[in-house]
Parts: sequence; structure tokens; C-alpha cells
Amino acid sequence: MSKTPEKQAGDPNTTGHVWDGIEEFDNPMPRWWLWTFYATIFWGLIYSIMYPAWPLVQSATAGVLGWSSRELVQQEMVAFEEANAPWNARLVETPLEEISADAELQQYAVNSGGAVFRTWCAQCHGSGAQGAPGFPNLLDDAWLWGGTLDDIVTTVSYGIRNGESDDARYSEMPAFGEILEHDEITQVVQYVMSLTNAQTDDAAAQAGKVVFEDNCAACHGDDGTGDIYQGAPNLTDAIWLFGGDQEALTETVTNSRFGVMPAWENRLSDAQIRAVSAYVHQLGGGQ
Amino acid sequence: MAILDKHKILETNATLLLIFSFLVVTIGGLVQITPLFYLENTIEKVEGMRPYTPLEMAGREIYIREGCYVCHSQMIRPMRDEVERYGHYSLAAESMYDHPFQWGSKRTGPDLARVGGRYSDQWQMDHLRDPQSVVPESVMPKYGFLEHRKLDGKYIGDIMAANAIVGTPYTDEMLENAEADFRAQADPDSDYDGLLERYGDKVNVRNFDGQPELTEADALIAYLQMLGTLVDFSTFTPDASR
Repeated sequence: MSKTPEKQAGDPNTTGHVWDGIEEFDNPMPRWWLWTFYATIFWGLIYSIMYPAWPLVQSATAGVLGWSSRELVQQEMVAFEEANAPWNARLVETPLEEISADAELQQYAVNSGGAVFRTWCAQCHGSGAQGAPGFPNLLDDAWLWGGTLDDIVTTVSYGIRNGESDDARYSEMPAFGEILEHDEITQVVQYVMSLTNAQTDDAAAQAGKVVFEDNCAACHGDDGTGDIYQGAPNLTDAIWLFGGDQEALTETVTNSRFGVMPAWENRLSDAQIRAVSAYVHQLGGGQ
Repeated sequence: MAILDKHKILETNATLLLIFSFLVVTIGGLVQITPLFYLENTIEKVEGMRPYTPLEMAGREIYIREGCYVCHSQMIRPMRDEVERYGHYSLAAESMYDHPFQWGSKRTGPDLARVGGRYSDQWQMDHLRDPQSVVPESVMPKYGFLEHRKLDGKYIGDIMAANAIVGTPYTDEMLENAEADFRAQADPDSDYDGLLERYGDKVNVRNFDGQPELTEADALIAYLQMLGTLVDFSTFTPDASR
């Protein structure tokens, strides 16, 4: 153990702590640091007076400024709603078939509709509206429920087979696995494939034609071109929602398919529904 | 000042320092936490909230087990961009039966607070199986194994009973029928009247994953499809001044 050196006049003050002869200086805090520290305390006090802070008996203090995150977002929503109000009013009041004739309005509808599409529709229909297996491509001109602007507005508003809206579009293909024999299903699948000139077993396809006429033609039509009023897809256009190969078609015929689209009438405003419909309509397939 | 000079006593006695540090932290914690229990405006009164059905509760357990909360929040903040994208901002009352809540703190994927009904069951199943098949730009891992793991709901009543202990208002009837309700919700051909009677008419009764067995995918989709759908904001406007 070393000895504590004798204190000389002029040596800095120490705290009196000594470890192995090492002493701890007792220097004051730097001024700038101290004053910054006091300033933060002062700032904290002012802040807690201006903004909601101190819990009391029934509720917390509201703050002198009356700041509220809910009110702020409300005001901001209203401000944007008001800014767009003339446009939205024009969009809702203009008859659907006349929207595209008004270049300015069409531009507004397509741009704002594109934003709606990317927020609410892209997850299923793809960010470029190209679709995915089970979720229709909206770029082509094949429409399951009609491709006029009016049809699209109806589909968007009420959806398809969703159970939430009474006006939802509805069709239900029977699961033919319980109706037809295994061979008959194989045959009718071959026949359906032959409609789009896919390579098939001719004999089976020939036999399948009879099965088709007896079981499928009522909805899909004698020639297989479908019927949008019954929600029966066209089978001759080589556009397949769930796949057009033998395996996918056998699954479709055996167990049927039941694609669902939510209703958007309660989630989107009328203007938004019209806008997104106009956007989809002008993508290329609109009728 | 005399009292400040006494600080040396604390600094030279480790145990005493520990005790006083603990006291300081306790007071700080109490000041922040206690008001939440008695302030009346912490949780506002809303209509429509109900405890999770057994199947939804199982889905919630799977959601937690798989760590969904690590990438998905369930908390729409009161900001315009979030409200425009996800729907009405979240209310504290909407998590009142969550023990623990799933607000999360990270959004690698989108917020799920109002994902219920936004997509079809088929989409949810396709997306769990292979997220990139429907959203090519997604970085979400595949959860296809969920549809192969069968559930029998044998222990779901225990989980609900545990939630009842911490305050979820499950009735004895709900707890007794937990296993039956669990199976009924995923089978539209079953007798599910009791389920609707106990949990309300708006409970989704469907074969969520589209296959005959009752699997973890059924439970998870049942949970996802009800998220954020209980409070009807077309008839309820929250107090803006809180």
C-alpha cells in the first residue's frame, strides 16, 4: 500500500475518497452541462403544462394547447375530404357512361382509383392487376361478371359469394365428383380441353361432349362460351382462373370452385368505388 | 447542504444503495402505471366487443407461437396515412380481451388490426401456403405446414379459463362448451346455434382452410378474419378529445 501524499497548498479539492493512493477530484460540473441540465428540467415542466400529461383523479390534464392526436387526424382527414369534395361530387353525380367523355374527370377518377386499387385490391389482383391463380386478371377482356363500367361498380360494391352483402354476385357450380362417374369426369375434362385446342385424347373428348351437353351446357352454353348472367365462365377463350391443365380441370369438375370477393360498399366511399371501377375499366379490358 | 452531505452514507453502503435505488424505481413505476387502472378515459366504452371464440383463441395462440407479431403490428395509429390505408384508428377497447395485446412495434409486413374480411379465406390460405404466389414482392415466410397440423381443441377450455382468471368475461357455459364450439365454428354443416348464442350472430362459421380436417390453418384464418371487425364504426364515433 502506498501512502497518501501530503496535501500541498494549491492542490485541487478532492472528495476524500482514496483507492490505493488514487484520489477523486471534486471539481464542479462544467457550466454548459449544468445549465443544459436545468434547461431540460424547465422545458419538461413547460411541456407538461402545454400538452396532456399529469394524471389526476378522473382524467389526466388536457394541456393548455388542447392538443389531441385524434382531433388532428380528424382535421387532416376533413381537410383532404373538402379539397377533393368538388371532384368527388362530380364523380358521383356524373352518369357512369359519361365519365370517360369528361377528360378532366376521367383523369381524376383513374388517378385516385389507382391509389384505391393499390391499397385495397392489389393483394389479390396483383399490383399490376395481372391477377394470380384463383384471382382474376383484370387486364384482359375476359369478364366473369361483365366488363362494363356499370358491371364493375356492382362487383366492387357488393363483391362475389361473400356472405356479407345480400346483393353479392352469386353462382355455385355443383361438385360433380358426387354426380358423375370417374370416367365421365375424365371424358368431360378432355372435351373441355379440346375446346381450346389443347392436346387431348380424341375418343375421350368425343365421349365427353355428351357428358358436357347433359351436365354443363345449361350454364356454360352448348358451345362452352359461358354466360355472365349466371356467372358461368367462358371455357373456350383459353383464359383459366384456376388452371386449364388436366389436373386443375379435374379438380374443378370434381370439387367445384368457390372464389370469394369481399363487398367494398362499407369500406370505400361511393366516389372511391366509382374511381377504382374507372381505373379497372380503362386498364385494357373495359367494355 | 446537510442532507446532500448524507449522500455519502448511501454511496458507501452497497445494500443501502440497492434499497434506495429500488425505492426510486418503484415510485417512478407507480406514477406511470397506477393511473391507468383508475383513470376513466383509459379504455372508452364501445359496443360490439366480445371475447374470442374458442377457435379464434386457438388461432391467436398460433399467431403468437409463430411470432407473427414480430413483423405485423395490430395498432392503427391516429395518422392520416394509416387511417387511409388500414381503416379507422385502433381503440384501446378493441384490445380489451387480448392477454397480452398484440399491438407489436415493428411493421415488416402490413398492420393487421383490421385485416378481418379484407381478403377471402381462399386468399388467406393461398397466402399462408405461399405468400409470393399472390404477392410476388412479399418477403413473408411460408406457413403451409399449418394446414397439415390437426387440432382437436382438447385444451382450448384451459386456455380460456386462464384468460377468464385475468379478466376476460368467459361464462361457465362458454367454458363448458369450449370444445364443441371449437369444432362447430369450422364446420358449417354442424349444429352451431349454441356458438352463435354464446358469442353473437356475427361469428364467422365456415370451413376456413377449405379441407375436411380441422387444422391450425382453420384456427389462424378464423382469428385473422375477425380482427378489427367487432366495433361498427358506421354507428360509433369515438370521442375526438381524448
